[in-house]
Amino acid sequence: MDLFEYQARDLFEAHGVPVLPAEVVTEAADAGPAAERIGAASGGVVVVKAQVKVGGRGKAGGVKLARSPQEAVEAAEQILGMDIKGHTVHKVMIAQGAQIAEEYYFSILLDRANRSYLAMCSKEGGMDIEQLAVERPEALARIEVDPNVGIDDAKAQEIVDAAGFDAETGAAIVPVLKSLWTVYHDEDATLVEVNPLVKTQSGDIVALDGKVSLDANAAFRQPHHAELEDVDASDPLEAAAKEKDLNYVKLDGNVGVIGNGAGLMMSTLDVVAYAGEQYGSSPANFLDIGGGASAEVMANGLHIILSDPQVKSVFVNVFGGITACDAVANGIVGALQKLGDEEDRPLVVRLDGNNVEEGRRILAEFNHPLVTIEETMDGAAAKAAELAAAK
Amino acid sequence: MAIWLNSDSKVIVQGMTGSEGMKHTTRMLASGTDIVGGVNPRKAGQVVDFPGDVQVPVFGTVGEAMEATGANVSVVFVPPAFAKDAVIEAIDAGIPLLVIITEGIAVRDSAEFYNYSKGKSTRIIGPNCPGLISPGKSNAGIIPADISGPGRIGLVSKSGTLTYQMMYELRDFGFSTAVGIGGDPIIGTTHIDCLEAFQNDPETDAIVMIGEIGGDAEERAAAYIKEHVTKPVVGYVAGFTAPEGKTMGHAGAIVSGSAGTAQAKKEALEAAGVKVGKTPSETARLMREIMESMA
Repeated sequence: MDLFEYQARDLFEAHGVPVLPAEVVTEAADAGPAAERIGAASGGVVVVKAQVKVGGRGKAGGVKLARSPQEAVEAAEQILGMDIKGHTVHKVMIAQGAQIAEEYYFSILLDRANRSYLAMCSKEGGMDIEQLAVERPEALARIEVDPNVGIDDAKAQEIVDAAGFDAETGAAIVPVLKSLWTVYHDEDATLVEVNPLVKTQSGDIVALDGKVSLDANAAFRQPHHAELEDVDASDPLEAAAKEKDLNYVKLDGNVGVIGNGAGLMMSTLDVVAYAGEQYGSSPANFLDIGGGASAEVMANGLHIILSDPQVKSVFVNVFGGITACDAVANGIVGALQKLGDEEDRPLVVRLDGNNVEEGRRILAEFNHPLVTIEETMDGAAAKAAELAAAK
Repeated sequence: MAIWLNSDSKVIVQGMTGSEGMKHTTRMLASGTDIVGGVNPRKAGQVVDFPGDVQVPVFGTVGEAMEATGANVSVVFVPPAFAKDAVIEAIDAGIPLLVIITEGIAVRDSAEFYNYSKGKSTRIIGPNCPGLISPGKSNAGIIPADISGPGRIGLVSKSGTLTYQMMYELRDFGFSTAVGIGGDPIIGTTHIDCLEAFQNDPETDAIVMIGEIGGDAEERAAAYIKEHVTKPVVGYVAGFTAPEGKTMGHAGAIVSGSAGTAQAKKEALEAAGVKVGKTPSETARLMREIMESMA
């Protein structure tokens, strides 16, 4: 889960990372009083920042300087509702203005290739770090962080030395890196990025902008992370699926896809896309019912898919490893019986593996006009793509 | 021979007495696996009955189980919140092969136990994987044993169901060993580890490698194949239609910006001389041609 900047800022503050005072507002009118409170210590100067989970806000006009509460309201009016790379701005952060002397970069992230953590640090912050990494890799220090040790004094010193900081600045940054490590570790993050990390004209180190991604698998020991979820932005079908513990991702096409196993489902989307080329059909969603799914889980999944008006046909693709094909067949029967005559969209079913004969027998006996049984995954994908186009 | 798991393997199950543990221990026993014990500190000293009049003793620790039975493989079904402690215990006991089936382990825990295992004597497979099977010899995990019998194809895959699908498509040839390495961002055994083991296994003639979006493990495997693998390799990559920034079921299956795409992985594999199928069935067809030409 990626966080908004203001959420990252709050986590930073909670773990002792120096940040500037800030407030979040959703109405432009509220930006005035917020600017009055926040700007009191900075000569009335505040920065109004669009809260969207995408880079390039500044260039898109989503970050504006305001010198008075009135200017803050005007800036908020301009920014709220703005579309930045497909993300609508619903919130702005009013942050205290800073007298920036220098801008740096720092991040800690999961390094999948080395199965470890990686800290990256540069004296040249504020710019696009991917660009810096390509154009001037020598300006970006990359230091491995042992997951069982973390960033202690020695590691933090190693990082600032590798980045080429002078002794005084390095000494000021070391405690900030240790606090950022606490955020990464204690919050079960997979990314903590500060860009820019700034030195103010008075010599303080401050995290001016932050990006944090959290590990969903750690929810069991991070109950407060649930509050950080952006419920408004999630697709209603994705939210409904999540409530049923189903793994669903909404896509743009017209063939609903459901089956078991993340790998087989990704593969099924691809096969539907290939088969759909000649019909103009493509997958409408990803839905993994998981291992050992019951008839009820299958029925819930079908219900979610058929709630999507864009879906014109459904492809059920199951290879029963632990999942029993008879349970899948019973789930299909149950769902269709519940829907009755209202449902008119065809289902193409391919079953293989555990209890396949029984599964096919149940569907054959049910003999529903909307259900077609196909022997192979490729054949079923072609049939589903064809039926979707015919609708 | 096969890789890592054979008829001499003595297997214990951590979390055997839980519902998943019981179900899959029953299946492993039915497929001929030599299950010599379970581990549960709260049920140590008990004996659990399984179908076919089989009794399996429960030990308090992995160390005790290894000492009493000579176990050299442990399969972990312990729930996510407790998995790290179970894994550390098994590493400390020096179990040679540790297969972690558990799905949903926090990546911080995986990062910690994987790095803890470095330089020690334990090979970790998984987490979030179906385990591995050397058909006709032993089965450590949840791969259904009735899909395919023994043969001379080696298979490595991030995905469980695609493993089953591919074994099913090639069941007339059979497999030396099929390894599901898991779909998490941090896993103990990689495609490269499996490729190296299959290359060195005299009972494996050709290798199927199944990957998916996310990370760059397939690209690195491609570089490894080019340098070190002389046996024929056929590849498959899932997730060409996956949108950017969305996690597709597996925690590690995510395209980030332009990184981790299926297209990049396919191109890297093809550049290394690997034939890559567009679909599972085409992949099976490519392997079929290779096996037939070698016969």
